[in-house]
Amino acid sequence: MNKQLGLKIFVHCTSWLPLVWLVYAALNQLLGGDPQTKLMHELGLWGLIFLLASLSMTPLKNVSGYSGWIRYRRLLGLYSYFYLILHVLTYFWLYLDFSVHDLADEIVKRPYIMIGAVGILLMTPLAITSTRYAQKRLGKSWKKLHKMVYFIAFAGLVHQIWQSKSDINEPMIYICWWVVLMLLRVEKVVGLVKMESSRSKQSA
Amino acid sequence: MAIVRKSDSLGETSVTPEAIFWKRREFIKSFTGALSVSALAPGIVLSDNTVAQKSSKMIGEELRGELSSEFVVTHHNNFYEFSTDKQEPSRKARNFKPDSNWKINISGEVDKPGDYTLERILSRVNEEERIYRLRCVEAWSMVVPWTGFELNQLISLVKPTSKAKFVEFKTLHDPEVFPGQKRGAFGSYTLPWPYSEGLTIQEANHPLTILATGVYGKPLPGQNGAPLRLVVPWKYGFKSIKSIVSIRFTQEQPVSTWNERLPNEYGFYANVNPKVDHPRWSQATERRITDESFFGVKRIPTKPFNGYAGEVAHLYKGLDLRKFF
Repeated sequence: MNKQLGLKIFVHCTSWLPLVWLVYAALNQLLGGDPQTKLMHELGLWGLIFLLASLSMTPLKNVSGYSGWIRYRRLLGLYSYFYLILHVLTYFWLYLDFSVHDLADEIVKRPYIMIGAVGILLMTPLAITSTRYAQKRLGKSWKKLHKMVYFIAFAGLVHQIWQSKSDINEPMIYICWWVVLMLLRVEKVVGLVKMESSRSKQSA
Repeated sequence: MAIVRKSDSLGETSVTPEAIFWKRREFIKSFTGALSVSALAPGIVLSDNTVAQKSSKMIGEELRGELSSEFVVTHHNNFYEFSTDKQEPSRKARNFKPDSNWKINISGEVDKPGDYTLERILSRVNEEERIYRLRCVEAWSMVVPWTGFELNQLISLVKPTSKAKFVEFKTLHDPEVFPGQKRGAFGSYTLPWPYSEGLTIQEANHPLTILATGVYGKPLPGQNGAPLRLVVPWKYGFKSIKSIVSIRFTQEQPVSTWNERLPNEYGFYANVNPKVDHPRWSQATERRITDESFFGVKRIPTKPFNGYAGEVAHLYKGLDLRKFF
């Protein structure tokens, strides 16, 4: 029990590190010539990393056989949402001076901002229904609802690639990560179908 | 490096009507291609005559109070030859210190082609300080004090032929010097190397167009395009090619690397234009970077031709700037 608690505190502390570093760097002029843009990009990137990390917990459990991984799935997902909300807020503040009109204009005009906005909007109900109470209350539909997270991650990747100018080497890291996660899911689905069909054959 | 400040006693003089006539005529014809070669020649010579008529606005003295800090000028660089990150070039360029033996190959439609050392070129031109606005296509901007010489001085040294309608520039291609020219981790190149840019001969001869050898009174650091780079202040920054090793005079429009890579996003002309948005972002405003502090950025409206419309708009009379963006 103590070990579990220790691990949880460790994950919490680690999750705050990027933000602590970014605030420190911003205050000490360590973010280069355009610190505002750098801060915004870094927050978005950490949002994506936490999301993919959250999605990796189930496969890690399956591969390692250690069920403890699953405890961090929700936690990492919520940190992802936290970083992405900060990403949106810095954009709204530093780029648009909190102008709702400009925000609407940008979302409509720029497809990469549109898809990012769709991603974060779809993530909101997932964050709200992440409590154990909501999970119980929603039953089967909770699982269905939370499957959306794979599409949200996809939207995040498209948003990232679309705003980059030419270099796709860095986004490729995250695309590969996502593809591996998807393949693991497909394998699981294929496995379930196989089990079903063999079961139906047996009963026939 | 000595900085010779040219007197602006000439003041705001206007270009002779004849020169404007020839320039416009030649410009329009360079698109239609209908004008005979012999008729083109006087236009090219005439653009040299405009050199003396330099306004104080071209020197940029009135921008001195708005200078971006030396730190941001030398630590916020788009130089994909080093890295796609903007701060990395300042780190990776530390060992890139080319000297005056740097060679520039001059070729194509010229009377005096050949390899010119930078030393030889600098002994024949007048260097001076120019304070220019720099507007990146990514919608950030700076005010930069360059040291350099007007490109038209080099052009008159090498004497282009009457067939020369464009000037093509190329950056050094050497992955040992420029790690960004190597394949990325996933096998793709960030851009097709070497980086290539081009100007019309009229743009190249314009007194605002300079080849810079220094910034902030010091020799150009590697990350700013040492030892010799183009600066065309009324165009988006990507036109101002760095670390030049080749200048070729051509009849055909040369390849512009970003135009080749993403033709619907980056045009050959790339004149700063607040009315023509980049497909993925607005160009109506820009984020002026004054210094590296967290609030050292302010959003300001972007001016047509980056504030140099009075000097250069005549070059584009009759050209649809939406189509030829």
